[in-house]
Amino acid sequence: MAHSYTPGLTVTDRTVIRRRRQLPLHGTVLVQAGDYVQSNQPVARAELPGKVYPLNLANQLGVAPDEIPEYLVKKIGDTIHKDEVLAENKPLFKWLKTEIRSPITGTVESVSTVTGQVLLREPPRIIELLGYVEGTVVEVFPHEGVTIECACSMVQGIFGIGGETYGDMVIAVDSPDQPLTPDRLQAEMKGKVVVGGSFLPAETMAKAKEIGVAGLVVGGIHDKDLRALLGYDLGVAITGSEQVGFTLILTEGFGTIPMAQKTFALLSTHAGAKASISGATQIRAGVIRPELIIPQAGDSVTHAAGVQPERGGIQVGDPVRVIRDPLFGKIGQVSALPSDLQTIPTESEVRVLEVRFADGSHAVIPRANIEVIEGA
Amino acid sequence: MTVDEPSKTASSLNVIVATDCGSTTTKAILIEKVGDEYRQTYRGEAPTTVEAPFEDVTRGVLNAVAEIEELSGRKILDGDRIITPCQDAKTGVDIYISTSSAGGGLQMMVTGVVQNMTGESAQRTALGAGAIVIDVLSSNDGRLPHEKIERIRTMRPDMILMSGGTDGGALTHVVEMAEFIAAAEPRPRFGATYKLPLIYAGNKAVREQVTKILGEKTALEITDNIRPVLEQENLGPARHKIHDLFLEHVMQQAPGYKKLMAMAGAPIMPTPAAVGVIMEAIAKREHINLIGVDIGGATTDVFSVFDGTFNRTVSANLGMSYSISNVLAEAGLANIMRWVPFTIDEQTLRNRIKNKMIRPTTIPQTLDELQIEHAISREALRLALIHHKSLATGLKGVQQERTISDVFEQQTSGKTLIDMLKLDLIVGSGGILSHAPRRVQSMLMMVDAYEPLGVTRLSVDSIFMMPHLGVLSTIDEKAATDVFVRDCMVYLGTCIAPFGKGKDGERCADYEMTMPDGTTIKDQLTFGDLRLYPLEVGQTATIKMQPAKGVNLGAGAGVPFTREVQGGVVGLMLDGRGRPLQLPTEQQARIEMLMKWYNAVGLYPLSDQ
Repeated sequence: MAHSYTPGLTVTDRTVIRRRRQLPLHGTVLVQAGDYVQSNQPVARAELPGKVYPLNLANQLGVAPDEIPEYLVKKIGDTIHKDEVLAENKPLFKWLKTEIRSPITGTVESVSTVTGQVLLREPPRIIELLGYVEGTVVEVFPHEGVTIECACSMVQGIFGIGGETYGDMVIAVDSPDQPLTPDRLQAEMKGKVVVGGSFLPAETMAKAKEIGVAGLVVGGIHDKDLRALLGYDLGVAITGSEQVGFTLILTEGFGTIPMAQKTFALLSTHAGAKASISGATQIRAGVIRPELIIPQAGDSVTHAAGVQPERGGIQVGDPVRVIRDPLFGKIGQVSALPSDLQTIPTESEVRVLEVRFADGSHAVIPRANIEVIEGA
Repeated sequence: MTVDEPSKTASSLNVIVATDCGSTTTKAILIEKVGDEYRQTYRGEAPTTVEAPFEDVTRGVLNAVAEIEELSGRKILDGDRIITPCQDAKTGVDIYISTSSAGGGLQMMVTGVVQNMTGESAQRTALGAGAIVIDVLSSNDGRLPHEKIERIRTMRPDMILMSGGTDGGALTHVVEMAEFIAAAEPRPRFGATYKLPLIYAGNKAVREQVTKILGEKTALEITDNIRPVLEQENLGPARHKIHDLFLEHVMQQAPGYKKLMAMAGAPIMPTPAAVGVIMEAIAKREHINLIGVDIGGATTDVFSVFDGTFNRTVSANLGMSYSISNVLAEAGLANIMRWVPFTIDEQTLRNRIKNKMIRPTTIPQTLDELQIEHAISREALRLALIHHKSLATGLKGVQQERTISDVFEQQTSGKTLIDMLKLDLIVGSGGILSHAPRRVQSMLMMVDAYEPLGVTRLSVDSIFMMPHLGVLSTIDEKAATDVFVRDCMVYLGTCIAPFGKGKDGERCADYEMTMPDGTTIKDQLTFGDLRLYPLEVGQTATIKMQPAKGVNLGAGAGVPFTREVQGGVVGLMLDGRGRPLQLPTEQQARIEMLMKWYNAVGLYPLSDQ
């Protein structure tokens, strides 16, 4: 294979990103091109049609479907309140009277004389789309949304859960190889984005929830703790809509893995700064990785933004992370790129590279099993 | 091009380039006529470019083709154009064809009236057309009406297939479902502005009412009822309609597909539909019953042809990378661990599996990692076959004539068509099977997962080119057959598995084999034995077996049989482990048993020692 496919995660102190903010259905855009928006500012709004409740009146009244218009008290398009009479029969004797009351407040949407069904619809729900990142509106898609450009520091994680949120960043450990134990969380971390080190135990998750921490950024967790947190075993890595009380970003993976020094150092320099984070992850088709964005207010916005320089593949000297056992989680530098295929212990013939670690040791690793740490 | 445009004629095809645009990789192959026969000569691959920042599937296609260009020395590309037809011996190709499952493939929602009758027929229609069925809604599916509407609202299928009611049968329930769909106003996955394609293939008596309810809100197409009477399915017309709409609507919205369709000399097929075509062709040509499996990173497709009836299922969340964690969730840790010949603590294993899920492109580097992946693949294959068996059934709800001998049989209609004893061939495909370091690993994975009975041949697709050959067979049968036989299928060998139970070491069957060189091997297979004899591709051996009392080889319990069996790159496997296959529950005994089997067939390098 000519293309060595090694997707990397970006960890950079200075970049310009663009984030498309799109409504799930047509609505109104509230900002204009050139506006500077805040992360918690609504940029577009839409009305999500209300839920539909079907009622089979023919069955409930015991009449033929084509007869139900005669029994309806409300017409199509009428507003109706919860428990208001929707239909009734007109018996000779009053005590035989049946009244069908509306289970919801809404409107009568349709009446079917084939099935005897009446559809009621709840009032629309307003959806407000927030800016998510602080920056300049560079594109407006009428009725659909906007693109916001933001000069920032950025850290991409490998996996996350929970949606978009914001908060001041606080570093809760002294070094990237320290676990984030419960005693490191304090009450004043409420609403903040807390950065830990190598590992997040279940007890810390419980305490974070109790305190009301907005987000947690750590090296790794155990799968069993994730299962306990979610209440189910996550089968496919498509996340972002979980409601577990906070947003979680893993920078390294599953297990106890020290956070990459570069990531920890970058986050430490911005301690106290406002950060936008998202746990949304989608590994398959159109990779979405969780991210932490620290806006650099006042930086000039370049027009070359959003376009990452094309990498020329892996090169000697590149910082890399080993992403498969037996050296999973170790970080080093590419020291050689032999071009011939080599036989590994499984007997597969693969392309490999040589990595030098900080302690001076070397290892030969399949190219598929390393990840370049991107970003200057 | 439109779907009705005739394909380029097959007669003049000498050089063909075909691609399969998968969700991660676009794979291109070059097929050339060498003398009188067609051969697959070069291949190339590149990442698929459906998503940002490229959002144009043709970029990946051109990159993959450029790799073939480099390797073959043939000039195929002129800028962003594939040169067709051939200009001279070293320039251009006669035709370019493609299949696609990029962007998640074709995702459909289907509806019926009764879940295990028209609901299942609708599901079979969609699956056979190469779709992933994201939900089956029916009047008796146990969901409340407002839950159904909410479900339709939240799903974003590429297409809906509505069925229900035999002709002259249920009316109200069909109309009711149409009303639910209309109320939900479903929106397509791609493109905010176009109408969602909806095929109505139900009771013809309510076509007019369905048109009234859904005609404005969807791109409605009406076709023949897929279940005109309870005793009969008529899936063909609806499947064709799905394929047409896939090209006309869905593909038009996916990034770069308009360009891709213009480049291709034949209609683009959904990948699984193309694989189905080739599976049906093999079964028909060789008059055999077969099971085919394609185990990918995200999904596992199973195809079967039994007595001429084709079925396909897709287990959307069983796979070896993106969905690996789901295999663990569905199979359970104990079922995976039973295939692993060493001990490992649960936490480490769970973390490793999750790490593979989040970094799906990594490969096993150590032998124990490889063994864990092979254990997981056995479970994914096993679960996908269980799923397939439950859908590849006779029609349910059909009244059956019973004789006095059936009185004691508790069999209902809708029995599975998959009869392992009648199975002739298993075809495996997908990275874990096609690229296993030793071919015997692929063979044993399939044998352990499927537990074939009697005599069964096994093979793998060498480099996953069945989709390409499937679409090629629609325009040039000979070219597809030539390449399939010579370059695609790798015959692994034959597995002979008596079924019955016995204690380890007890006699299972006596056998006498006459090998191709005339030598004779006489021996006894005991329960718990797994043996492998070399028998090369193209060679045959004759085996006479006398099973023990109560042991069956297909001719009946205790009945002797003689068969000619085919060789392969692995050889002839005699599996005396009994059926159903049971492993010791005690950990140390299980590991010893696994090691004995693995060593007997030379499964892993360590077991050589």
